[in-house]
Amino acid sequence: MAKHTYVYVTYIVTTPEKVWEALTDRAVSASYWERENISDWKVGSRWEHRLPGKAPDVVGDVLEADPPRRLVTTWEPPEGRPERSDPTRSNRCTFEIEDVGGKVKLTVTHTDLADQDFQNISAGWPAVLSNLKTLLETGRTVPNPFNAVANHPKA
Amino acid sequence: MTDDMDLVFKALADPSRRLLLDRLFAEEGQTLGALADGLAMTRQAVSQHLALLEAANLVATVKRGREKLHYLNPVPIHEAHARWIAKFERPRLDALAALKQSLEGEDDG
Repeated sequence: MAKHTYVYVTYIVTTPEKVWEALTDRAVSASYWERENISDWKVGSRWEHRLPGKAPDVVGDVLEADPPRRLVTTWEPPEGRPERSDPTRSNRCTFEIEDVGGKVKLTVTHTDLADQDFQNISAGWPAVLSNLKTLLETGRTVPNPFNAVANHPKA
Repeated sequence: MTDDMDLVFKALADPSRRLLLDRLFAEEGQTLGALADGLAMTRQAVSQHLALLEAANLVATVKRGREKLHYLNPVPIHEAHARWIAKFERPRLDALAALKQSLEGEDDG
Protein backbone atom coordinates (compact mmCIF):
# COMPACT_ATOMS: atom_id res chain seq x y z
CA MET A 1 0.00 0.00 0.00
CA ALA A 2 1.31 3.45 -0.91
CA LYS A 3 2.66 5.55 1.92
CA HIS A 4 1.67 9.21 1.99
CA THR A 5 3.46 12.37 2.97
CA TYR A 6 1.57 15.48 4.00
CA VAL A 7 2.88 18.97 4.61
CA TYR A 8 0.94 21.58 6.54
CA VAL A 9 2.09 25.18 6.88
CA THR A 10 0.68 27.93 9.02
CA TYR A 11 1.97 31.43 9.77
CA ILE A 12 1.43 32.66 13.31
CA VAL A 13 2.11 36.11 14.74
CA THR A 14 4.08 34.92 17.77
CA THR A 15 7.56 33.73 18.78
CA PRO A 16 9.25 30.35 18.16
CA GLU A 17 9.42 29.84 21.94
CA LYS A 18 5.63 30.17 22.27
CA VAL A 19 5.09 27.65 19.46
CA TRP A 20 7.54 25.23 21.05
CA GLU A 21 5.75 25.57 24.39
CA ALA A 22 2.37 25.01 22.71
CA LEU A 23 3.60 21.79 21.13
CA THR A 24 5.37 20.38 24.18
CA ASP A 25 3.52 21.69 27.25
CA ARG A 26 0.88 19.35 28.58
CA ALA A 27 -1.65 22.00 29.60
CA VAL A 28 -1.16 24.29 26.60
CA SER A 29 -1.40 21.43 24.08
CA ALA A 30 -4.64 20.25 25.70
CA SER A 31 -6.12 23.74 25.40
CA TYR A 32 -6.14 23.84 21.58
CA TRP A 33 -5.63 20.16 20.63
CA GLU A 34 -8.02 18.57 23.16
CA ARG A 35 -5.28 16.04 23.85
CA GLU A 36 -2.16 16.51 25.97
CA ASN A 37 1.34 15.96 24.61
CA ILE A 38 3.37 14.40 27.41
CA SER A 39 7.14 13.80 27.42
CA ASP A 40 10.37 15.22 28.78
CA TRP A 41 11.21 15.85 25.09
CA LYS A 42 14.71 14.38 25.31
CA VAL A 43 16.00 12.40 22.34
CA GLY A 44 15.17 8.74 22.91
CA SER A 45 12.34 9.49 25.36
CA ARG A 46 8.79 8.34 24.85
CA TRP A 47 5.95 10.75 24.18
CA GLU A 48 2.21 10.27 24.55
CA HIS A 49 -0.82 11.99 23.06
CA ARG A 50 -3.99 11.49 25.10
CA LEU A 51 -7.21 12.97 26.36
CA PRO A 52 -6.59 14.23 29.92
CA GLY A 53 -6.98 11.32 32.31
CA LYS A 54 -7.44 8.72 29.55
CA ALA A 55 -5.23 6.08 27.96
CA PRO A 56 -3.04 7.44 25.12
CA ASP A 57 -4.29 7.43 21.52
CA VAL A 58 -0.80 7.85 20.09
CA VAL A 59 2.61 6.99 21.54
CA GLY A 60 6.08 7.22 20.07
CA ASP A 61 9.73 8.18 20.44
CA VAL A 62 11.40 11.56 20.37
CA LEU A 63 13.90 11.30 17.50
CA GLU A 64 15.13 14.92 17.42
CA ALA A 65 14.55 17.83 19.78
CA ASP A 66 16.14 21.22 19.12
CA PRO A 67 14.07 23.79 21.04
CA PRO A 68 12.59 26.07 19.79
CA ARG A 69 13.33 25.07 16.20
CA ARG A 70 12.76 21.43 15.42
CA LEU A 71 10.98 18.41 16.88
CA VAL A 72 10.78 14.98 15.26
CA THR A 73 8.67 12.19 16.76
CA THR A 74 7.37 8.80 15.72
CA TRP A 75 3.62 8.19 15.96
CA GLU A 76 2.56 4.65 16.80
CA PRO A 77 -0.58 2.89 17.98
CA PRO A 78 -0.38 2.41 21.78
CA GLU A 79 0.28 -0.91 23.49
CA GLY A 80 -2.80 -3.10 23.70
CA ARG A 81 -4.30 -1.97 20.39
CA PRO A 82 -4.50 -4.68 17.69
CA GLU A 83 -2.91 -2.36 15.10
CA ARG A 84 0.16 -2.07 17.37
CA SER A 85 1.65 -5.15 15.65
CA ASP A 86 1.19 -3.66 12.16
CA PRO A 87 4.44 -1.84 11.27
CA THR A 88 2.71 0.16 8.51
CA ARG A 89 0.71 1.99 11.18
CA SER A 90 3.81 3.74 12.53
CA ASN A 91 4.67 7.07 11.00
CA ARG A 92 6.77 10.13 11.61
CA CYS A 93 5.98 13.77 12.27
CA THR A 94 8.40 16.70 11.98
CA PHE A 95 7.69 20.18 13.33
CA GLU A 96 9.86 22.98 11.94
CA ILE A 97 9.57 26.39 13.58
CA GLU A 98 11.11 29.37 11.74
CA ASP A 99 11.05 33.06 12.58
CA VAL A 100 10.22 34.88 9.33
CA GLY A 101 10.29 38.58 10.13
CA GLY A 102 8.06 38.84 13.17
CA LYS A 103 5.93 35.86 12.23
CA VAL A 104 6.54 32.20 12.83
CA LYS A 105 6.29 29.73 9.95
CA LEU A 106 5.27 26.39 11.42
CA THR A 107 5.68 23.47 9.02
CA VAL A 108 4.30 20.08 9.98
CA THR A 109 5.55 17.25 7.76
CA HIS A 110 3.86 13.93 8.40
CA THR A 111 5.46 11.04 6.51
CA ASP A 112 5.10 7.24 6.09
CA LEU A 113 1.33 7.47 6.45
CA ALA A 114 -0.79 4.45 5.59
CA ASP A 115 -4.09 5.21 3.82
CA GLN A 116 -6.28 4.95 6.92
CA ASP A 117 -3.92 7.09 9.00
CA PHE A 118 -3.97 9.74 6.31
CA GLN A 119 -7.77 9.78 6.55
CA ASN A 120 -7.49 10.43 10.27
CA ILE A 121 -4.80 13.09 10.26
CA SER A 122 -5.96 15.00 7.19
CA ALA A 123 -9.14 16.05 8.95
CA GLY A 124 -7.29 16.75 12.17
CA TRP A 125 -4.23 18.81 11.29
CA PRO A 126 -5.96 21.83 9.72
CA ALA A 127 -8.24 22.09 12.76
CA VAL A 128 -5.35 21.71 15.22
CA LEU A 129 -3.16 24.27 13.46
CA SER A 130 -5.99 26.78 13.01
CA ASN A 131 -6.79 26.54 16.67
CA LEU A 132 -3.12 26.85 17.66
CA LYS A 133 -2.91 30.03 15.56
CA THR A 134 -6.05 31.44 17.18
CA LEU A 135 -4.71 30.62 20.66
CA LEU A 136 -1.31 32.21 20.15
CA GLU A 137 -2.65 35.31 18.36
CA THR A 138 -5.70 36.02 20.49
CA GLY A 139 -5.30 34.01 23.69
CA ARG A 140 -8.59 32.28 22.96
CA THR A 141 -9.38 28.87 21.51
CA VAL A 142 -12.27 27.74 19.37
CA PRO A 143 -14.69 25.55 21.33
CA ASN A 144 -14.94 22.04 19.85
CA PRO A 145 -12.31 22.65 17.17
CA PHE A 146 -12.98 19.31 15.50
CA ASN A 147 -16.70 19.92 14.91
CA ALA A 148 -16.01 21.88 11.75
CA VAL A 149 -14.43 18.79 10.20
CA ALA A 150 -16.52 16.06 11.79
CA ASN A 151 -19.06 14.19 9.67
CA HIS A 152 -21.20 13.36 12.67
CA PRO A 153 -22.48 16.52 14.28
CA LYS A 154 -24.05 15.80 17.62
CA ALA A 155 -27.82 16.00 17.41
CA MET B 1 -5.02 38.65 9.14
CA THR B 2 -7.49 40.03 6.59
CA ASP B 3 -4.71 40.36 4.03
CA ASP B 4 -3.95 36.64 4.29
CA MET B 5 -7.60 35.78 3.70
CA ASP B 6 -7.73 38.14 0.70
CA LEU B 7 -4.87 36.20 -0.85
CA VAL B 8 -6.68 32.91 -0.24
CA PHE B 9 -9.93 34.04 -1.88
CA LYS B 10 -8.11 35.66 -4.80
CA ALA B 11 -6.09 32.48 -5.33
CA LEU B 12 -9.26 30.36 -5.25
CA ALA B 13 -11.08 32.68 -7.68
CA ASP B 14 -9.33 31.19 -10.71
CA PRO B 15 -10.45 27.85 -12.23
CA SER B 16 -6.92 26.91 -13.33
CA ARG B 17 -5.65 27.32 -9.79
CA ARG B 18 -8.54 25.30 -8.39
CA LEU B 19 -7.68 22.59 -10.91
CA LEU B 20 -4.08 22.57 -9.67
CA LEU B 21 -5.31 22.17 -6.08
CA ASP B 22 -7.51 19.26 -7.21
CA ARG B 23 -4.51 17.62 -8.83
CA LEU B 24 -2.48 18.03 -5.65
CA PHE B 25 -5.34 16.60 -3.62
CA ALA B 26 -5.39 13.55 -5.91
CA GLU B 27 -1.63 13.07 -5.68
CA GLU B 28 0.58 14.79 -3.15
CA GLY B 29 4.18 15.86 -3.69
CA GLN B 30 4.18 16.58 -7.43
CA THR B 31 6.81 18.52 -9.35
CA LEU B 32 5.98 21.44 -11.65
CA GLY B 33 6.53 19.16 -14.64
CA ALA B 34 4.13 16.50 -13.33
CA LEU B 35 1.50 19.12 -12.52
CA ALA B 36 1.77 20.75 -15.95
CA ASP B 37 1.60 17.40 -17.73
CA GLY B 38 -1.64 16.97 -19.67
CA LEU B 39 -2.93 20.47 -18.91
CA ALA B 40 -3.85 22.97 -21.61
CA MET B 41 -1.53 25.51 -20.01
CA THR B 42 2.07 26.38 -20.63
CA ARG B 43 4.58 25.32 -18.01
CA GLN B 44 5.21 29.02 -17.37
CA ALA B 45 1.50 29.65 -16.70
CA VAL B 46 1.38 26.70 -14.29
CA SER B 47 4.49 28.05 -12.56
CA GLN B 48 2.84 31.48 -12.13
CA HIS B 49 -0.35 29.94 -10.77
CA LEU B 50 1.66 27.85 -8.31
CA ALA B 51 3.53 30.96 -7.14
CA LEU B 52 0.19 32.66 -6.34
CA LEU B 53 -1.07 29.55 -4.55
CA GLU B 54 2.15 29.41 -2.54
CA ALA B 55 1.88 33.12 -1.67
CA ALA B 56 -1.62 32.42 -0.35
CA ASN B 57 -0.16 29.48 1.63
CA LEU B 58 -2.52 27.08 -0.14
CA VAL B 59 0.46 25.19 -1.53
CA ALA B 60 3.53 24.22 0.50
CA THR B 61 6.76 23.22 -1.20
CA VAL B 62 9.58 20.95 -0.14
CA LYS B 63 12.94 20.82 -1.89
CA ARG B 64 14.25 17.34 -2.62
CA GLY B 65 17.61 17.54 -4.37
CA ARG B 66 17.05 19.68 -7.45
CA GLU B 67 13.31 19.03 -7.44
CA LYS B 68 10.64 21.15 -5.79
CA LEU B 69 7.68 19.08 -4.61
CA HIS B 70 4.27 20.71 -4.18
CA TYR B 71 1.77 19.83 -1.47
CA LEU B 72 -1.79 21.01 -0.97
CA ASN B 73 -1.87 22.93 2.31
CA PRO B 74 -5.47 22.86 3.57
CA VAL B 75 -4.89 25.00 6.68
CA PRO B 76 -6.04 28.34 5.13
CA ILE B 77 -9.06 26.60 3.54
CA HIS B 78 -9.98 25.29 6.97
CA GLU B 79 -9.71 28.80 8.39
CA ALA B 80 -11.94 30.20 5.64
CA HIS B 81 -14.39 27.36 6.24
CA ALA B 82 -14.50 27.97 9.99
CA ARG B 83 -14.87 31.73 9.52
CA TRP B 84 -17.26 31.90 6.57
CA ILE B 85 -19.16 28.62 6.35
CA ALA B 86 -19.25 26.61 9.57
CA LYS B 87 -20.35 29.61 11.63
CA PHE B 88 -23.42 30.19 9.46
CA GLU B 89 -24.29 26.63 8.58
CA ARG B 90 -23.79 24.83 11.90
CA PRO B 91 -27.36 25.13 13.27
CA ARG B 92 -28.92 24.07 9.95
CA LEU B 93 -26.51 21.17 9.46
CA ASP B 94 -27.17 20.04 13.03
CA ALA B 95 -30.92 20.13 12.39
CA LEU B 96 -30.55 18.13 9.17
CA ALA B 97 -28.30 15.58 10.88
CA ALA B 98 -30.82 15.19 13.71
CA LEU B 99 -33.64 14.73 11.19
CA LYS B 100 -31.63 12.14 9.23
CA GLN B 101 -30.82 10.25 12.42
CA SER B 102 -34.40 10.18 13.65
CA LEU B 103 -35.74 9.10 10.23
CA GLU B 104 -33.10 6.43 9.76
CA GLY B 105 -33.09 5.33 13.38
CA GLU B 106 -29.31 5.45 13.61
CA ASP B 107 -27.31 6.40 16.64
CA ASP B 108 -24.28 7.55 14.69
CA GLY B 109 -25.17 8.88 11.20
